[in-house]
Amino acid sequence: MSRTLVFVETQDGKIKKASREALALALSGPVPVAVVTFAEDGADLAAGLSGVPTLFHVTGAGDIYQPDIHAATLENLIRENGIKTVVAAHSARSRDLFPRVAARVKAGLVTDCVAVNLEEMCAVKPVYSGKLLARIKVNAGVNLFTLRPNVFPAEIPEGKGIPEVVAVSAADVPARCRVVEVAAGAAGRVDLTEAAVIVSGGRGIKNKENFALLQELADVLNAGVGASRAAVDAEFAEYNMQVGQTGKVVNPKLYVACGISGAIQHFVGMKTSKVIVAINKDPEAPIFKKADYGIVGDLFEIVPLLKAELEKALN
Amino acid sequence: MNIFVCIKQVPDTEASLSVEGGRKVRESGLKWVISPYDEYALEAAIQLKEKTAGSTVTAITVGPARADGVLRTALAMGATAAVHVETDSELDHHAIAACLAAAVRSCGEPDIILAGKQAIDVDAGVLPLFLAQVMDLPAASGVIAMEVTDGLAKVEREIEGGARERIEMALPCVIGATKGLNTPRYPSLMGIMKAKKVEVKKFTPAELNVESLEPALLLESLSVPEEKAPGRVIEGEPADAVRELVRLLRDEAKVL
Ligand SMILES: Cc1cc2nc3c(=O)[nH]c(=O)nc-3n(C[C@H](O)[C@H](O)[C@H](O)COP(=O)(O)OP(=O)(O)OC[C@H]3O[C@@H](n4cnc5c(N)ncnc54)[C@H](O)[C@@H]3O)c2cc1C
Ligand SMILES: Nc1ncnc2c1ncn2[C@@H]1O[C@H](COP(=O)(O)O)[C@@H](O)[C@H]1O
Repeated sequence: MSRTLVFVETQDGKIKKASREALALALSGPVPVAVVTFAEDGADLAAGLSGVPTLFHVTGAGDIYQPDIHAATLENLIRENGIKTVVAAHSARSRDLFPRVAARVKAGLVTDCVAVNLEEMCAVKPVYSGKLLARIKVNAGVNLFTLRPNVFPAEIPEGKGIPEVVAVSAADVPARCRVVEVAAGAAGRVDLTEAAVIVSGGRGIKNKENFALLQELADVLNAGVGASRAAVDAEFAEYNMQVGQTGKVVNPKLYVACGISGAIQHFVGMKTSKVIVAINKDPEAPIFKKADYGIVGDLFEIVPLLKAELEKALN
Repeated sequence: MNIFVCIKQVPDTEASLSVEGGRKVRESGLKWVISPYDEYALEAAIQLKEKTAGSTVTAITVGPARADGVLRTALAMGATAAVHVETDSELDHHAIAACLAAAVRSCGEPDIILAGKQAIDVDAGVLPLFLAQVMDLPAASGVIAMEVTDGLAKVEREIEGGARERIEMALPCVIGATKGLNTPRYPSLMGIMKAKKVEVKKFTPAELNVESLEPALLLESLSVPEEKAPGRVIEGEPADAVRELVRLLRDEAKVL
């Protein structure tokens, strides 16, 4: 019988939440599940994977992600084990790895899914920057899905027994696209695409220094800090903070937009947030038509008040 | 250098979209543009050409007749040639990659192929890597910085939380561009005049020997997502409004 393969990523020795969402989906599906990890200490994950029969632990892939080697390794794993379905979080890693694997095995690949039915083998994904939803049936011998973070439940049902750990050697292929260095980002920064809470600033923040105000609010909420394109283009914020059509698509449970007007190109990047809060001094700003809760006022007054009030509420 | 850029025509980012027949975007009245990330690819290609004497930039698109528009824009920006693989079929990415690969080869051996990291219609973000595999070339996508010297491309891509991978690839290679790589130029008036005179090479997928394979993906339906009901503005003095907001976030929305 065929198996669903789940590609998991780890952080500090634990499976990342977004990967657990993929695992939970696979476990709810019709066939047994196998997990694959490239993490050096991946064999240790077995203890936490009750109900999963197999853990493929790839060794010898090196401590740096090498796209060609990882892709060839997954290709071999899929072919040798007759795997027909692979799922993963839609993460920076899978965005690079899955298209490479799909091209190698001529798979059907649906990226950034918000719903997947593993029985009918179909998925729903936002298209046209989320202005429309596409329902797609996969139709190839091997099919791959990457899941938008924070959409699928992450609870993994208790199962029986821990997986058999199968060591897999990394494919012995040259790294033609050679990652020579990974330069770390700012320490402790929450990645926006997986963040549960985001505080974002727009042109209304007025300058780079004022983003510290948002960072303080974010720290209270354990949130990531985002920005509108206007804030990025004015160099108040870095591009990797941009939310929207030509930035990141985010999906937190809480999105706080400060000094952002709510242009459609921004809105499409954050509209699936569970709750949107807008703080803007212009009562006519379009963001108020889209926000769940709004406060009309000067963000330089409101944001510090909000920070203080949240500190009280959360302690 | 023999430089190629893959560009796709998409609805203008401002457009609000509707669906007809359950699985097609209603096209009447739509304004069409080059997919934004492809503009970064185009700009990078034109800058490379300007740096290396005797280079050509060939823009390629796979799409219906109307997609000719993006090729004209690319030519007006500074591309030197254009290829249109004309088809009304909805091709999947394996087929698009096969068309693009064949179109590139019809113009000789590439030194570098640029594309956007993602087309903002299908939002797949896969094609540069598919194309590289079909052509057996190294590739990196989501590239925010690049330098090409002596047959080597040194690029950077952003991964998570602001971290960056520095990557080296021998040419020929495929690069998927993203914002941050450069600032795309506007077409000049002279460019627009010149673009009108360029003859676009046309092919059908069949002429490029791309057999009509069984598609890997089938679009079953397109729909407009439900919009949530408009929310409310919390009135009152700032301090009161903020207190009420926190209460609502905790007790009503339950997100704290
Ligand atoms: C192809 C294309 C792609 C795009 N992609 C993106 C994208 O990915 N992401 C994105 O965000 N945009 C994108 N845009 C740009 C988008 O159209 C808007 O221009 C942009 O989102 C506006 O940013 P903003 O809301 O910060 O600025 P503005 O529209 O200038 O709004 C600033 C707001 O701040 C408020 N304000 C000012 N001072 C204060 C204060 N003291 N207190 C409270 N409120 C205050 C003002 O009332 C105003 O509403 C794109 C545009 C195009 C054409
Ligand atoms: N039909 C097409 N014609 C030309 N280029 C394309 C086409 N489809 C995708 N591309 C290129 O591939 C990139 C990524 O597209 P996608 O994988 O569809 O999101 C786009 O930004 C384009 O540069």
